[in-house]
Amino acid sequence: MYSGLKEMAVDAAATMEANEPVLTTCHAGAPILQVRDLRTKLLKPASLSLSAGECIAIRGPSGAGKTLLLRAIADLDPNEGVVCLDGRDRSTLAGPEWRRLVGYVPAEPGWWGDTVGEHFSEWTGALALVRDLGFPKDAKAWPISRLSTGERLRLALIRALMVGPKVLLLDEPTAALDPASVAAVESLIAARVRAGLAVLWVTHDAEQAKRIAHRLLVVRDGQVREEVPEWLVTQP
Amino acid sequence: MASYTALTYWELAAASVFVFIDAGLSVIFALNVHRGLLVAAIRMVVQLTLVGLVLTTLFSLVSPLWTGIAAFAMVLFAGHEAAQRQERRLAGWWSYGLGTGCMMMSSVLVTVFALLTAVRPNPWYDPRYAIPLLGMILGNCMTGVGLGLNTLTTSLVNRRASVEAQLMLGATRQVAAAPVTREALRSALMPTINSMAATGVVSLPGMMTGQILGGVPPAEAVKYQILVMFLIAGGTGLGAVTAVLGGVYRLTDGRHRLRLDRLTALKAA
Repeated sequence: MYSGLKEMAVDAAATMEANEPVLTTCHAGAPILQVRDLRTKLLKPASLSLSAGECIAIRGPSGAGKTLLLRAIADLDPNEGVVCLDGRDRSTLAGPEWRRLVGYVPAEPGWWGDTVGEHFSEWTGALALVRDLGFPKDAKAWPISRLSTGERLRLALIRALMVGPKVLLLDEPTAALDPASVAAVESLIAARVRAGLAVLWVTHDAEQAKRIAHRLLVVRDGQVREEVPEWLVTQP
Repeated sequence: MASYTALTYWELAAASVFVFIDAGLSVIFALNVHRGLLVAAIRMVVQLTLVGLVLTTLFSLVSPLWTGIAAFAMVLFAGHEAAQRQERRLAGWWSYGLGTGCMMMSSVLVTVFALLTAVRPNPWYDPRYAIPLLGMILGNCMTGVGLGLNTLTTSLVNRRASVEAQLMLGATRQVAAAPVTREALRSALMPTINSMAATGVVSLPGMMTGQILGGVPPAEAVKYQILVMFLIAGGTGLGAVTAVLGGVYRLTDGRHRLRLDRLTALKAA
C-alpha cells in the first residue's frame, strides 16, 4: 500500500508536467480566437476556437452562464485560463487594449453621457452604420433617457463596431428589436463576418442561430459544449 | 487669562433644568424620547468630564509621547466612525484601513503645518494647541472621507453598467471611473464649502464663540476661526481625495476591471 501511494504521487507529477506546455502556448494561425480552460468562480473550464470570418451561435437556458462566458473572454471578471488572439496571449496585452480588439456588447448596454453623441468619439465616421441601422443623422442629439430598449441595443452595436474589433461578442443583440431591425442587424453583422470579423453571438432563437451561425455552442449549468446543429446534419 | 467667568456646579445644575423640561414635553406629547434624552444627557456629562480630566493631565504633562498617543486614539475613533457610516464597505481591512490611513495622513499633516507656521506654541507639540486643532480638523475630515467613500461605493454599484460600458470600449479604469470619482469628491467637499460660505452669517462657529466667551477679543477670535476654516478645508480636501482615489484603486484592478466583489453586501437598515 505504501509503494502504491508513492506511485500515484509520481503519476500525478508526470501528468502535470505533460499538461503544462499545452496550457500555456498560443499558436499563431487559423483560429483567430483561442480559448482554453477559461474558468471563473461560476463558469466551468471552457475551451473553444473561433476563426476569422466565422460566427458561432451560443445557446442555452437563462442563467446557464452564456453572459459569464462572454464577460470572461472580454476579461471583465476575474478569470483563469488561456485566451489568445492571433497567437498573442491575452496576458501580454493591457486590459483596455484587449477590449478594443475583442469587443463586447452586453444585453443591457450602459450609458455614461446624457445624449447619444457623447458616446461616440467620432459621429461623422459612424454615419454609415447609423443609417444602416435605421437612425437619422440628427440622432446624435437624442437624449439617452428617451431611447427605447431596441434603439439602445442598436446604438451600442454601432458604438462597439466603431472601435474596430477583430472579434465581437454579442449578448442577445436583437432581443428587443422589431423584425425589420432584426433583419438589418443580422445583415450588417453578416457583411462584417464576410469581411473577416469573428463573432460569438448569444441567441435564444433557434431560427436566428440557423440564419447567422456556422457553428453552435451550448452552455448548460456553467458548462460549454459544442453541438452539431440539425441544420448542419441535414445538409448533404 | 483671568478674564473668563468660571462656572460653578450649581450654575450647571440650574441650566440642566432645560433638559428636564424637554423630557417633560416628551412625556406630555407621548413622544417617548424622554428616556433616550436623559441617557444622552448623562452620557454627554460623563464623557465630557472624562475628556476634561484627560486633557488636564495631557496639558500638565506636555509630553510628545502622550500627546501622540492621544492623537492616535482620536484618529482611530474617527476611522471607526467613518467606516460605520458606509452603506457598502470595502471588504476586509480596506474598510477601516483606507479611511483611517487617509484621515491620519491629511489631518496630521495639516495640524503640524499649522503648529509650525501659524500658531507656533513652545514646544510645537504642546497638547493645549495640538489636540484641539487636530480634533476640529479630524471631525470635518471624518465627515468628508465618510461621504466621499459612501458616494463612491454606492455610485459604482448603481452605475456599474455605465462604468463597464466605457471599459468594454477600451477605456482605462481611471477614465471609466472618472464621472463617479468626480461625484464622490464633490459630495465630500460640499459640507466644507457650504460651512465656509455660511460661517459668520448663519452660524457663529463654536470655537470662535468659545474664545469670545473665554475673554479673547472678537477680532482675534475671528482670525483663529479663519485659520481653522482653511485648515479644515485643506485637511478634508486632502483626506477625501486620497480616500476616494484609494477606493477607485481598490475597486478596480490591474486588468482594468471593475471589482465590486471587493465590496461587502448592503448593510441592513
